[in-house]
Amino acid sequence: MSSKVIHALYDDDDVLLKAVKEVKAAHHHIEEVYTPFPVHGLDKAMGLEPTRLGITAFMYGLTGLGFAVWFLNFIMIQDWPQNIGGKPSFSFAENMPAFVPVMFEMTVFFAAHLMVITFYMRSKIWPFREAENPDPRTTDDHFLMEVAVDGDEDTLASLLKGTGAVEINVKEKH
Amino acid sequence: MYTFSSRLKTTAIALMIIGALGIAYGFITAPNTIEDLKEQMLHAEDGHGTVADSHDTDAGHANEEHTKEALHTPTDSDAHGSEDGHGVSEEEHLQHSLDQAKNRPWAAIYIAMLFFLLLSVCAFVYYCIQRASTAGWSPVLFRVMEGVSAYIVPGSIIVLVFLIASSVGHANHMFAWMYTSVDPAAPNYDYAMETKGWWLNIPFWLIRAVIYVLIWIGFKHFIIKNSRLQDEATDLKHYNKNFTLSVVFLVVFLVTELFMAFDWLMAIDHHWFSQLYSFYVFASMFVSGITVITFVTIYLRAKGFLPNVNDYHIHDLGKYMFAFSIFWTYLFFAQFMLQWYANIPEETAYFYPRLIGNYQPLFIGMIVMNFAFPILVLMNSDYKKVPWFVVIAGLVILAGHYLDLFLLVSPGTVGSNWHFGLPEIGGILFFAGLFIYVVFNALTKAPLHPKGNPLIKESEIFHH
Repeated sequence: MSSKVIHALYDDDDVLLKAVKEVKAAHHHIEEVYTPFPVHGLDKAMGLEPTRLGITAFMYGLTGLGFAVWFLNFIMIQDWPQNIGGKPSFSFAENMPAFVPVMFEMTVFFAAHLMVITFYMRSKIWPFREAENPDPRTTDDHFLMEVAVDGDEDTLASLLKGTGAVEINVKEKH
Repeated sequence: MYTFSSRLKTTAIALMIIGALGIAYGFITAPNTIEDLKEQMLHAEDGHGTVADSHDTDAGHANEEHTKEALHTPTDSDAHGSEDGHGVSEEEHLQHSLDQAKNRPWAAIYIAMLFFLLLSVCAFVYYCIQRASTAGWSPVLFRVMEGVSAYIVPGSIIVLVFLIASSVGHANHMFAWMYTSVDPAAPNYDYAMETKGWWLNIPFWLIRAVIYVLIWIGFKHFIIKNSRLQDEATDLKHYNKNFTLSVVFLVVFLVTELFMAFDWLMAIDHHWFSQLYSFYVFASMFVSGITVITFVTIYLRAKGFLPNVNDYHIHDLGKYMFAFSIFWTYLFFAQFMLQWYANIPEETAYFYPRLIGNYQPLFIGMIVMNFAFPILVLMNSDYKKVPWFVVIAGLVILAGHYLDLFLLVSPGTVGSNWHFGLPEIGGILFFAGLFIYVVFNALTKAPLHPKGNPLIKESEIFHH
């Protein structure tokens, strides 16, 4: 099934932000906006749901912390008991301060790496994947708004033109 | 213009009166002679017996005594200047316990007065950081910060009086180095003072205290004066002057704070040393200062005096509370772990009463309150926009950092038989009352909206 979309190009992020609000107010569906850099407030203007990446990061951090506790307990206390700073108590609790740096690092390591991987998976970015970017200029100095054509094509085009678009292209989307 | 509501004024005065009663109770009930002390120890026997037993159930009485003696060793040697804690006679031991018991009401007010003074100085530092970094989000909060820093003047005068009474007045035994001698034949000979005496002697110590306080008061006076002048100014002369003054103050402050913490706090345990100490004290008081700024902001906003403060300002203050709680933990742990790990007797003597001795519950409790609680409670960004939620988190943070200061002062002055009772609560209430009175009185002196600040518009429309 194919449908028509309009690609409206802008050359300023403030103009784009204002345009997004106007297009939303006119009840058109914005499919996607391509920008060369993150535009502050764009997600709110487009009505996107807030990201849940932070929640996953917290859980990954807890995983890392838990792993570090198990890991250190196994290698330092159980498998090959170590004399730590003259305190050969062979107890995890009493030697815990020595493990804190490792626990901290593993928490950060797990949270950071798994969060980045989650972000890539969620955004469907992986090696050798072809770019979805419809216009190479959006990686340089242009902003592209993709609006689904619903009803009259010309009214939408003139609305977009009125919001300050520098170029308007009608495309078939497959 | 803000008007000091009579209800708040009454509350502040009531706090001061109740606090003063508590402090007076502490001084009246403090033992004067060894006989008084023995009687009090008999009274306290029951309560203490159970505490000690629960810690060490299978230990006999002799063992328990031994543990206590070991606990005493660092403080004993501090107070008497003799390195051999076990060599002291019964008489000397009782005299030492008497000194510690006499110190208690003094330590109680010292902790409270330093707590409020230092958080007020640190609130002013926070204000200067906003100015030095020309922050755009915070100018609507400037008058609140100026109000909180008004306590620097009365607060530092009280601390100076206390320091003079403790040194020249010989009112207490809190600073043990004052009662030592560098003469090897003297009974109070202290080897450490041979190298530290040039720095730790009463005249120089008092002169330094006056210098720190004058610097803080001076910068506070001129920066706030310029801030008020800017309100009606047509050019940016005062604003630019304040930028320069703030940058200079931040540098000067770090130096004065470095030595202030050495002199007023670390010198209590004068055999022990840590280079990180001052920064750690700063982190503790800085997060307390930001918390108090948040409290005053939330209070004034709820009363309708700060129409330009929105949820995002509260959110940002909450972020600072969160961030500096973690910063405090970082410094605390960096100081603690190295000494714990290295296990050198002269260093671990400091942590022994805190980590393993009678202060253990406070020590662990403080870490939970200052680290675990804020990190979990203030992590979610939505919660930081809810004022009552921030207030609850802030109360725990403030209590935690009071405990932190309690743990810096008490083990070296009151010793292992610490109590938390009327004198301590009285100290907190009295200085809290005075603090509220001074701060809210200062807030009435100028419009709460600094309209002359060039960044005020950015601050008014601030959002994320």
